Amino acid sequence: MPDPAQPIIQIRNVTKRFGKVTAVDNVSLDILAGEFFVLLGPSGCGKTTLLRMIAGFELPTEGQILIDGQDMAGIPPNKRPVNMVFQSYAVFPHMSVADNVGYGLKIAGTGRAERDERVREALELVKLHGFADRMPDQMSGGQRQRVALARSLVMRPKVLLLDEPLSALDAKLRAQMQFELSELQDQVGITFVTVTHDQDEALSMAGRIAVINKGEVAQLAAPSDLYEYPANRFVADFVGSVNLFEGKLTLDEADKAAVDCPGLGRVYLNHGVTGPHGADVWIALRPEKIYLHVPGEGKAIRAAAQDAPDGYNLARGQIKGMSYLGDITLYEIKLDGGPMIRVSRPNLSRRDQEHFTWDDRVSMHWRADSPVVLLN
Amino acid sequence: MSLQNWQEHKRPFAAIAGAPILWLALFFIVPMAIVWAYSFGENSGAADIVISGTLHNYKRAIEALYLSIFFKSLAVAALVTLICLIVGFPVAMAITFASDKWRPWLLLGVMLPFWTNLLIRTYALMTVLGGNGYANKALGALWGSASWLRTLVGLQPLEVWTPVQLLYNNFAVVLGLVYVHLPFMVLPLYSALDRLDRSLIEASLDLGAGHLRTLSRIVMPLAAPGIFAGIMITLIPALGAYLTPDLMGGTDSQMIANVIERQFKRANDWPFGAALSFMLIYAMFALVALQSLRGRRKPAQVH
Repeated sequence: MPDPAQPIIQIRNVTKRFGKVTAVDNVSLDILAGEFFVLLGPSGCGKTTLLRMIAGFELPTEGQILIDGQDMAGIPPNKRPVNMVFQSYAVFPHMSVADNVGYGLKIAGTGRAERDERVREALELVKLHGFADRMPDQMSGGQRQRVALARSLVMRPKVLLLDEPLSALDAKLRAQMQFELSELQDQVGITFVTVTHDQDEALSMAGRIAVINKGEVAQLAAPSDLYEYPANRFVADFVGSVNLFEGKLTLDEADKAAVDCPGLGRVYLNHGVTGPHGADVWIALRPEKIYLHVPGEGKAIRAAAQDAPDGYNLARGQIKGMSYLGDITLYEIKLDGGPMIRVSRPNLSRRDQEHFTWDDRVSMHWRADSPVVLLN
Repeated sequence: MSLQNWQEHKRPFAAIAGAPILWLALFFIVPMAIVWAYSFGENSGAADIVISGTLHNYKRAIEALYLSIFFKSLAVAALVTLICLIVGFPVAMAITFASDKWRPWLLLGVMLPFWTNLLIRTYALMTVLGGNGYANKALGALWGSASWLRTLVGLQPLEVWTPVQLLYNNFAVVLGLVYVHLPFMVLPLYSALDRLDRSLIEASLDLGAGHLRTLSRIVMPLAAPGIFAGIMITLIPALGAYLTPDLMGGTDSQMIANVIERQFKRANDWPFGAALSFMLIYAMFALVALQSLRGRRKPAQVH
């Protein structure tokens, strides 16, 4: 059993160049034993290249990858203590499910009896008992993926690598598999490293997420930290939906700060940000953290004053667009100062969405701890 | 108008397919039918053939003399096919895994011989293999330098180099046929390998298999249709090869096509030539039937 405090994978200053293109740019990461680690980023950000370097299918141009303390330089994929679930699943089409799952064990020279037993266990683990004699072309995409999972898990790798494991599944199945993958990881205790471009997938499954942008790690954090405390504009924008406003830091003390944003007004915060006075900063404000009010009501002002004691976090505007999504309604509001802002509102009762409609004048307020000040 | 279903659009389909079908019927099926009919006929006079329905020609065709030539042709063709497969598979692999920049050029290299006349290619090969050809000159030079090296260390020099007989024997025929038929093998292999999902190979490596086992357990089984197509497309023309054994072979290396040619031309025995030709065609039918049988068995193979 690996030591949980010891990183199972150490990526040290790894750079990968394809010709003139730098796919991975000086990345250093530690992945801990037993965690569910997710590499999240837009397509072409280098996350898959990073995964393939761990598996051994690509070699780093510079830098070092250590698995369980051992340098992987010069070690081919078939000798590494990791296994991969491919995006296309790569289930061998000419072999039955049992032969697919038993392939690695057969190569390793495991005896027939033990092999059969472990194949049976692995198929049970992914809930495919009774499918042992099926051929892959008689199975659905979701089932094929389970075969690929079982085929890797049966090898008892130190790390399981998953390349966009859910991208080919439909939405319902994807949600179910997100849950099942987390459960499976709990059950087997193997380190999972998953690559995805889907933030929902990352947030729901991961213990920690590394957001990758243009070959670099933009932020490494737990899902809730990533969402609530994004480190920069890229992360704030990529993970979830956000309103971004450029502004100047005009007040910055230990327990309060204020940012002047043209078009939005002065934004008050109930904590310091430790940025230079007058610096150009950005305010990130999540749509669900903005409260909508009908204008002219003292309620809005009272609420704003309560949530931001040093000043009103208040804005006014007119609804220009709305989309009803069932659980929430999204509003596009044109601020009196000019820019657009997005606000989401939960539909707590059946007729909630009827309160506001197109061209309504509205007031908005938000709490003093809701905006995030970003320095870059 | 959609033309996806010929049953719904009989007339436009007839208009489009009519000309080629007519062409095929007129210039392929009719002459073949005539030759087939000849195979049941006998000579009457210098230029007349009577279709009498006799099986005499076939009886002659299965005499030991002709049957042995037929089986020898089959053996030569099979050997040629095997060599083509052994040589062609790595070539097809190399083309498949070459970079995008190189692949078209390598494919061009394989196809280039197609654009050169077979006769010219055969004569070119003959100049290489001849008694004073480059192959013998190179071997002679090697021999000479080996001899010279022996004198350096104080040994007796070797005997004078006598050119090796590389031409006008069975070896030359096999070499020539391999040379001519290699592209036929490489192209179907390449197209099968190119269709192979690369991640299957990576998955095999990932699961601990080395390159050789990945080749034998994943790549070859999945490329089997291409391998089989390559075998058929090489074996059939090699079986009926005429020019190569005629030009490069010796007295003992004639193949069935050379015997057939002699019946039509020198012996002026068209009925017997026709019967021999159709023996060859029946054999090819059998091979093709074997292939389609294999194709049909495939779903049943799923265990």
